[in-house]
Amino acid sequence: MPEMLSLSNDPILFLSVMVAKILVVFIVVVLIVAYATYAERKIIGRMQTRLGPTMTGPLGLLQPIADGLKLFFKEDIIPAQSSKFAFILAPMMILVPAFITVAVIPFGDFITVGGYLVPLHITDLNVGILYILAMAGLGVYGIVLAGWASNNKYSLIGGIRSAAQMVSYELAAGLSMIAVFMLSETLSLRGIVDAQAGSVLNWYIFSQPLAFCLFVITSLAEINRTPFDLPEAETELVSGFCTEYSSMKYALFFMAEYANMIVVSAITATLFLGGPAGPFAGPINLLLKIFFFMFLFIWIRATFPRVRYDQLMFMGWKVFLPLALLNIVITGAVIVF
Amino acid sequence: MLESYLPILVLITIAVLFAVGSVTFSFIFGPKKPSAVKLAPYECGMPLIGTARERFSVKFYIVAMLFILFDIEAVFLYPWAVVFKRLGMFGFIEMGVFIIILLVGYVYVWKKGALEWE
Repeated sequence: MPEMLSLSNDPILFLSVMVAKILVVFIVVVLIVAYATYAERKIIGRMQTRLGPTMTGPLGLLQPIADGLKLFFKEDIIPAQSSKFAFILAPMMILVPAFITVAVIPFGDFITVGGYLVPLHITDLNVGILYILAMAGLGVYGIVLAGWASNNKYSLIGGIRSAAQMVSYELAAGLSMIAVFMLSETLSLRGIVDAQAGSVLNWYIFSQPLAFCLFVITSLAEINRTPFDLPEAETELVSGFCTEYSSMKYALFFMAEYANMIVVSAITATLFLGGPAGPFAGPINLLLKIFFFMFLFIWIRATFPRVRYDQLMFMGWKVFLPLALLNIVITGAVIVF
Repeated sequence: MLESYLPILVLITIAVLFAVGSVTFSFIFGPKKPSAVKLAPYECGMPLIGTARERFSVKFYIVAMLFILFDIEAVFLYPWAVVFKRLGMFGFIEMGVFIIILLVGYVYVWKKGALEWE
């Protein structure tokens, strides 16, 4: 049985493997972000009997690269009345938490490198879920800051709406996850994956169907996707908190939105669908589960109209919050009796 | 400790470099032709009315306050959930009392109309 690679038994190998894992995960996330925009336009196009992008490259496959290059060379407008420092800081404050949340997602079991066992995750925190919630909380700051710093009425309304929406649904999302920890007895994502190992029937989606539904819906609201995209409701707020943004800063908001979709899909797969468990190699299983949820989110966008703000708050506080609490009580009662 | 958090530090560095780098790149290479109208806040092309530094509905503050109260409840539930199987019946009743006290506050807030949006 080979030893686990750690900082004490081979520091240089440990550091190089760590950097390699981080770079691979980062590049994969950036690639998925780029091609998620393509997939979204293609899928929604097909659902609305349009073709989507077709002109750039075969089947329009070069469209994300063309979009990226275009945004790189656009004029970077900073409105005269805006708070400049906060205005420039805001898009980065949204993007960075979105990208660093993937650090705790386990994407496979173990591989052997140079005679040592290397676990397939960037890091395994014993408070993994709290880390994810903390990073999700940081994302709110970026949006509020963007809305306020723009000094634009639409942006301000979009930013404040978004803050109220995200904190309301963070509550329900946080409470719906608790039932999972009561079963797994750990907050580490590796531990949660191990607790679901064995058979497909051990996956928490079967023992916690209500928590699964609540978590998917509330996360959709937390990442501001349709039908909960009120912060950027284009028919009433132009584009909400990103109205004043242009060039690469605008692109950062979009990259953050898609990165958040990846993160939420990965967390849902880890908490409820056994993470990297499945018929293929670990990372491929996880990617397939992520793609499934991203397709679901795009499908929902093509299907549902936007909810009204009072309906949104009604659902968050009067439906999802009590249901999440009820689920905790039911789970507790089942475990005790 | 270092072993768990060092990768996060490296990842934060890469993410920050990526964000700062792409913004700087577009700032350097993009055209710069500012004009007074272009730099004004967007209001659908109409002349500006007042400023955006306005007062907004007090409802949003109430939501923020309620969020803090209920989020603290959720934070208490996390460690409880992890040791729940070991606590057994005692933990169940203990947390039941805690949740009932909070439910009283929740019902009060609901009846007072703090969760209504018109």
